Amino acid sequence: MSVAHDVEEEHEVHVHQEPKEFIWKYIFSTDHKVIGKQYFLLAIVAVVIGLGLSLAFRYHLATYTPQGMFLNPDHYLQAVTMHGTILVFMVLTTAPLGGFGNYFLPIQIGAVDMAFPRLNMLSFWLTLLSFLVLIAAFVVPGGPPVSGWTGYPPLSAINSATPGMGLGQTLWVGSIAIFCLASLVGAINFIVTTLDLRARGMSLMRMPLSTWAWFITAIIALLSFAVLFAGGLLLILDRELGTSFYIPAGVVFGAKELNHKGGSPLLYQHLFWFFGHPEVYIAILPGMGIVSHILANFARKPIFGYNAMVYAIAAIGVIGFFVWGHHMFQSGMSPYVAVAFSILTMTIGVPSAIKTFNWLGTLWKGNIEFTSAMLFALGFVSLFVSGGISGIFLGQNAVDIYFHDTYFVVAHFHLIMGVAAMFSIAAGTYYWFPKMFGRYMNEPLGKLHFWLTFVSVYSVFIPMHIMGLWGHPRRYAGFEYAFLNDPMIPSMHNMITAAAFVAVLAQLLFIFNYFWSMYKGAVAPENPWNGTSLEWITASPPAFDNFGGKEPVVNHGAYEYSVPGAEKDYIMQTDPPEAAPHAAAH
Amino acid sequence: MSEAAATADTAAAHAPAASHGHAPAPGGNLWDGGVRPLGAHSKKFGMWLFIVSDSITFAALLFAYSYVRLSNVWPTPFHGHSIVTSTAMTFVLLSSSLTMVLAVDAANKKLRDKAVLWTMLTALGGLIFVVLHTMEWLGIINDHLMPLIKAGEETKSGWTMPMVWGTFFAATGMHMLHVTVGVGYLVVLALQYKNGKFKAIDIEVAGLYWHFVDLVWMFVFPLIYLMSAKI
Ligand SMILES: [Cu+2]
Repeated sequence: MSVAHDVEEEHEVHVHQEPKEFIWKYIFSTDHKVIGKQYFLLAIVAVVIGLGLSLAFRYHLATYTPQGMFLNPDHYLQAVTMHGTILVFMVLTTAPLGGFGNYFLPIQIGAVDMAFPRLNMLSFWLTLLSFLVLIAAFVVPGGPPVSGWTGYPPLSAINSATPGMGLGQTLWVGSIAIFCLASLVGAINFIVTTLDLRARGMSLMRMPLSTWAWFITAIIALLSFAVLFAGGLLLILDRELGTSFYIPAGVVFGAKELNHKGGSPLLYQHLFWFFGHPEVYIAILPGMGIVSHILANFARKPIFGYNAMVYAIAAIGVIGFFVWGHHMFQSGMSPYVAVAFSILTMTIGVPSAIKTFNWLGTLWKGNIEFTSAMLFALGFVSLFVSGGISGIFLGQNAVDIYFHDTYFVVAHFHLIMGVAAMFSIAAGTYYWFPKMFGRYMNEPLGKLHFWLTFVSVYSVFIPMHIMGLWGHPRRYAGFEYAFLNDPMIPSMHNMITAAAFVAVLAQLLFIFNYFWSMYKGAVAPENPWNGTSLEWITASPPAFDNFGGKEPVVNHGAYEYSVPGAEKDYIMQTDPPEAAPHAAAH
Repeated sequence: MSEAAATADTAAAHAPAASHGHAPAPGGNLWDGGVRPLGAHSKKFGMWLFIVSDSITFAALLFAYSYVRLSNVWPTPFHGHSIVTSTAMTFVLLSSSLTMVLAVDAANKKLRDKAVLWTMLTALGGLIFVVLHTMEWLGIINDHLMPLIKAGEETKSGWTMPMVWGTFFAATGMHMLHVTVGVGYLVVLALQYKNGKFKAIDIEVAGLYWHFVDLVWMFVFPLIYLMSAKI
């Protein structure tokens, strides 16, 4: 009934000028590009803390003897908890989606900004608040919680369990709840922007795969964080108001039975993993999009099976909501339900394999340029395969019951969710840095960064698979390794720790390169990699309104590389339709 | 509420994107870019997405309620008196949905004063609901939970709450929070609409939110009150 009014009101044009004062331009900015960089900086600070913690507990594990240890068991668990929470939420969720997504989604669809710029600013500031609340757990009495990034009750519901389970755990839950709100606001913004603000000619099937990935990821975030939010609220009530949603009768603590009854820790696990599994895709799908985008660019070939790629991203998003039970095989579950979850889990292998083969098909007979960005994109494909394969094993409930509490699981999810996603972040950074700052990152340093990282992460996680096969339990601050009856274990711990130090130091090289190149890098032109999508028609860095007052009109698909009969080996999306006679049908 | 203020100038209204709302490219269809394919204002679409997400949050809470209810012996604490109160609350809230519809209609007909009046009446309905609800809460706390069950040091307050009241306060509290936020949202909206800062579309978007909050109550009321009524 109000359509007529919508149109009428839209014609009241507010022209927004770029703010001049520092605080409005760089701090409280509503410009999606500034917000994207803010997210990225937040992720850099977070990754330094998160990786630093991992070095602390890796050093502990390598030097562990029952007589003397670097961390006491409480501190070990606190370090592991904060490492996981910081990296999953503040790095893997913020950098690919909040960082690159914010910066490049509007540009890749030809929009001047997000649909709701002020809500965009709100979602960043909520994310920052969530980060600060989480970090505050380090300095409060008792320190951070010990319940892991999953925060399972009853442990997480009991204030006096260990010192960190008091205020530290409260801050942790509060931080997660705020993060849920931030992600919700951000997701709404991404979805509306993608559907409503595409430039003329930018049909859905002409969008770059990176945009597709951010779009689907936003939908996943919209649906999954809502459930985590509810789960977190109930945990807060259990902790603060004495309800018993997650605490069953008969929990004994400190030689005394607690006064709770009627709740179920499994309820929390269902709510948590209904979010938790899709969260894996929130971390990795943007990486798949970014890597597809980069592979086509540096192989100088159209992406192999563009439509299949889009459908595969969507399929992964949908199936991802029906497999959460594979995290709970060991928690007590009807075998029939477990089989159903097993089969559904393995179904995800199908779209994942489609993507992998399409990446290989894109590379096949390509004219490959091995830039740092391309190396990291290729590294991503490698890690995606080696980390994904073990997922097929773990999706089998019978196999998982043996593996579940071993290093095998640690190795699996670090390769696929942590390291692969990190590789896509690095690839995206080398690739888009010239656009964001008008300068190239240093290539020799970038290649050194790649090789050091690639070799060291495999050196960390391949031995962990093997130790998992031998039954090495996870989450232990230490135990008599002789128990496992294999003399190799202490030396493998040493090797893993050494490799972990190399891996983390290599990231410092990357961070140095990032800030050094911002001021000293070689000056980059508008389209340094001869790319085709809309970000490459903007100035480097782009104007405040992205396209300098021009309105892009799109005539081509996103990946028209090496089109026969065309003048150059790439056709930009905004080139006139006649630039490629038979490409206009796309 | 600030959410509406924040969306008051969307990027779509910036100069170079003025083509949004024009016809699509020749030969193209609605999904080919340059137009809003859903034919709705972006704010409206955004609110719909919020509603999708928020209804999932409520679904998870009500799932948790059903989960613990099915795995416990459940008391039936609501006697006739509290059913009467909650029925009155339901009536007030449903009436406020009607005034909201009238507000949207008046705004679309450009009857500014009428739209402000109906919006304020809607807020008043919400306020009455919150007041009645709070009185009911206080009554329950006095009747059933005092003295609270003393517990160990594992909870901050030093007491535990029986499951039936835990679920009651969680579900109705979350809903009451939504109504309270909604009342503030409507009041700000009415005032800003009056002085011309907000438009008819903003009233319509607020209406979506308000109807959603009412709809949630239509799940909470039978699941929490009617199913636990003493008959
Ligand atoms: Cu999973």
